[in-house]
Amino acid sequence: MAENNRKLDDDTSRAPVSQRGHTVARVADTADIGALVSVNIDGQDVKVPMGTTILEAARRIGVRIPTLCWHEDLCIAGVCRVCVVEIEGQRTLQASCAYPITAPLKVKTHTRKVRQARRHIIDLMLSEHYGECYSCARNNNCQLQALAQEYGVDFFRFGHPAAPRHEMDLSSHSVLRDMNKCVLCRRCVRTCIDLQEVGVLEAVGRGDQTRIATFMDKPLKDVICINCGQCINRCPTGALRANDPTDEVWAAIDDPNKHVIIQTAPAPRAAIGECFDLEPGHALTFEMNTALRLCGFDKVFDTNFSADLTIIEEGTELILRLYKALVEQDKSVALPQFTSCSPGWVKYLEHFYPEYIPNVSSAKSPQQMFGAVIKTYYAKLSGIDPKDIVTVALMPCSAKKFECNRPEMCDSGFKDIDYGLTTRELAKMIREAGVDLPRMPKSDFDDPFGTATGSGVIFGATGGVMEAALRTVIEIVTGLKVENVFANADITPVRGFDGVRVVEIKVPQSGPVPAMFKHLVKDWKWLEGATLKVAIAHGTANAKKVMENIKSGGELAQCHFIEFMGCPGGCLGGGGQPIPTSPEIRAARARAIYSEDQAYAVRKSHENPAVLKLYKEFLTDGPCGHLSHKLLHTHYTPRGKYIA
Amino acid sequence: MNEPIVNLATFAAMSPDAGLRAALQKSRADIIGEISASGIKGRGGAGFPVGVKWNLCAATRGTQKYVVCNADEGEPGTFKDRAILRAHANLVFEGMTIGAFAVGAREGILYLRAEYTYLRPELEAVLAKRRAAKFLGENVCGKQGFNFDIRIQLGAGAYVCGEETALIESLEGHRGEPRNRPPFPVDTGFLGRPTVVNNVETLAWVACILQKGGAWFKTTGTDKSTGLKILSISGDCARPGVYEFPFGVTVAKLLETVGAPDAKAVQIGGASGHCLPSSEFGRAIAYEDAATGGSIIVFGQQRDMLEVAANFLEFFVEESCGQCTPCRIGNARLREGVELLSEGRCSMRYLQELCALGETMQAASKCGLGQSSPNAFLSIVKHFKDEIMGRVSVASH
Repeated sequence: MAENNRKLDDDTSRAPVSQRGHTVARVADTADIGALVSVNIDGQDVKVPMGTTILEAARRIGVRIPTLCWHEDLCIAGVCRVCVVEIEGQRTLQASCAYPITAPLKVKTHTRKVRQARRHIIDLMLSEHYGECYSCARNNNCQLQALAQEYGVDFFRFGHPAAPRHEMDLSSHSVLRDMNKCVLCRRCVRTCIDLQEVGVLEAVGRGDQTRIATFMDKPLKDVICINCGQCINRCPTGALRANDPTDEVWAAIDDPNKHVIIQTAPAPRAAIGECFDLEPGHALTFEMNTALRLCGFDKVFDTNFSADLTIIEEGTELILRLYKALVEQDKSVALPQFTSCSPGWVKYLEHFYPEYIPNVSSAKSPQQMFGAVIKTYYAKLSGIDPKDIVTVALMPCSAKKFECNRPEMCDSGFKDIDYGLTTRELAKMIREAGVDLPRMPKSDFDDPFGTATGSGVIFGATGGVMEAALRTVIEIVTGLKVENVFANADITPVRGFDGVRVVEIKVPQSGPVPAMFKHLVKDWKWLEGATLKVAIAHGTANAKKVMENIKSGGELAQCHFIEFMGCPGGCLGGGGQPIPTSPEIRAARARAIYSEDQAYAVRKSHENPAVLKLYKEFLTDGPCGHLSHKLLHTHYTPRGKYIA
Repeated sequence: MNEPIVNLATFAAMSPDAGLRAALQKSRADIIGEISASGIKGRGGAGFPVGVKWNLCAATRGTQKYVVCNADEGEPGTFKDRAILRAHANLVFEGMTIGAFAVGAREGILYLRAEYTYLRPELEAVLAKRRAAKFLGENVCGKQGFNFDIRIQLGAGAYVCGEETALIESLEGHRGEPRNRPPFPVDTGFLGRPTVVNNVETLAWVACILQKGGAWFKTTGTDKSTGLKILSISGDCARPGVYEFPFGVTVAKLLETVGAPDAKAVQIGGASGHCLPSSEFGRAIAYEDAATGGSIIVFGQQRDMLEVAANFLEFFVEESCGQCTPCRIGNARLREGVELLSEGRCSMRYLQELCALGETMQAASKCGLGQSSPNAFLSIVKHFKDEIMGRVSVASH
């Protein structure tokens, strides 16, 4: 179920044609589309569908051609020229990533001419690439470094810069830019403009003055960057990296007066193994708990707890909106309701569709709900002064760093979440602590928030929030066990990697109103026979499609609830996840997440005992009640696209 | 500006729009057949057979096709297109109209170099007259169903936009950067539609060919380079200007005509061309020998060839679109190498490395600009060894 995010000749693409792939061949006769054509690569014959690139054909038969500007998720640029090959009868070398095969060809991939060209190209990049590998965030995970090694670079043939040429942009809470390390492969540009359709980065200048810039060279914090970090995940070098707070986290751990709590989101545990040379798709949830304690964290909590809490709050909010709209006929109610857990998506909406802010659930994201609960309820419970509590959030996400620094996220009276750590940064801390993560014994999360449900876990994958919400809404409204509606409680129609998915679910009957919701509605009769229409979109390019559809009064405007995730694949493809990323890697992480869901005894948010206890002991006026509004809900900022 | 000598006798002798009228009497296949029979190749420099290009475009099934006239004359030392546009714009527009009829296009665009903005009013006036005379618009010249008009779009000052796919990107409002090829503009061009891009001079000759016939065109030139060629000759000579010569003319003959008896070197084809020393002045101007899009620059005895190389490299360092590695960084390294040479700090070994780098740039760059950018440097190193080697650092051997 590998996703296909690659856009070829897609009319919605905003990337210039010079940076868009045309691997779908323009063949003379449409009957030839899909026809096979034979190509000889290094003496091996292979038949491939018309339009296959030389690079793809070579990979099929195990011929390795090095690449740099090519990325599986992105449209084709053909600019780095590392992948050049010789085609018989052609005077010049051709970029194999950008050359569609439409007629029989004879290709040689490592002639003297090719090897010399590749070596020169790598040498040229190194002659402009400032920085030492030792001090680079991408040391040992850098494609330029790997190429230099592969091609035996043992001296800087064309020199090496002695001083930086560009000032670093350290303005953003999320994404830092060091253009001195940039090799102008433009993967970030294509990620931003084509994969995500945000368009913050573009090449400016010409010749040797060419560089990647923001609008008018504004600092990243002042442009329409949504902090998704997808550019980081696709940067081959260390030119883009996340704003790393590990030093501050270590300092808090080392401070005996600080009680340092880490909450861990579901997506990092499904991916962190990749930083320790494990195959993608290997969850290390409980090994990680042990490792975190060895690092010195005082408590290890599971973000799944607050994911379940989010479902209750967000689900209640949805029910209230529906009640107002359907029963009270209140036309001012904003529907469909949009999810709010992805801070990349939220900022995207604030910039591009600020007029739809009323549609966004006011419920905070699980990360922020947890922070507010820890610094109030937990502080009281444990008798620790909240000023001495340091809350760290392990997230697959770079935008979460921005989110925890939003000025409104201080409802506990303190900064609700002090630091956002990415999966990559935590892996580094674990290594620094001398811990061999995959070999750690397993251990559980800490109480009182240790109990989680499978519904919380699947938040990590696109469609997960929707599935969790549906499991809960179906049960509380119909009184039926969701297992009796969907086999094994797996609401599979909402799963998968299709960019936009629309699902309709009929409410077959109404059940009694559970105690928790009695203060909100008196019965569910008004929902009987109704069809709940929901949609799921992941990656902002798909979010844009949905929003444009809604704006034009299309089918999706009729939805009741829409899940949006800023990143392709959802959180498991987040901008803080291990590098590299690809559709296959994301699919493997999704498998790990869904199999973890299966392993939970409790798989529905509203059955999470810790959540129920929280409402009983602390948020006594119930979901969407006064206290929960104060602590667990927030507001948004219309930002617009126009930069001052 | 003092206009230099302009000799465009053949164009001047043509009857206005006789070629177009003749074309409209023919079938599309016959027009392309006539063009193919003439053997005419693109006058912009690359030398692609015009008949083949038109045929490819005519064969595509698209209903919306474009004819683009490349008037982004940016090659250092070329000004023949400017001269043609000033004196014979009608012939160029006639050629575009013939091309449109032949390939089935409804819209033509003249992509005019930003520096030629001052030509726009007179070109618009020519277009207006043609519209009034029914040479453009609905049912051109009374040919039922043949609707075609031409608009002018200005470039923004990038040399690389003379490369046809970069030109198309620029037409679409993007940064002028060459596309990956294939696909070629003849099937995926402007707005993704089949597009023929031809040079100003090529289109003017097309009008002549349709008037006088392919056989007439072939009576001049060589076997592989038929017809006449308009050259812009400048530099250290007595009579710089725009001249008409048959293909096959020797460099020596050119120098005699323009009054440069004592030239040291001649740059054929502008910054992206090759530099010939006096020992090679017997070579012929032709696609198969000394090829040029029209630029001939004469260097006198007093010229420092290393300075010439530095000047051309400086040009490419600035004009590279910055997209691909070999061109973007390669030119910068070559320019620095020339600096090292002029300071006597370049070792023989490094010079060899730079020459090898030049070959990589020729082979691995994304477009014609990068592929031809090291030509001047390489040919100067090759032909003026003594002058260059005198500067190689002995100390650092």
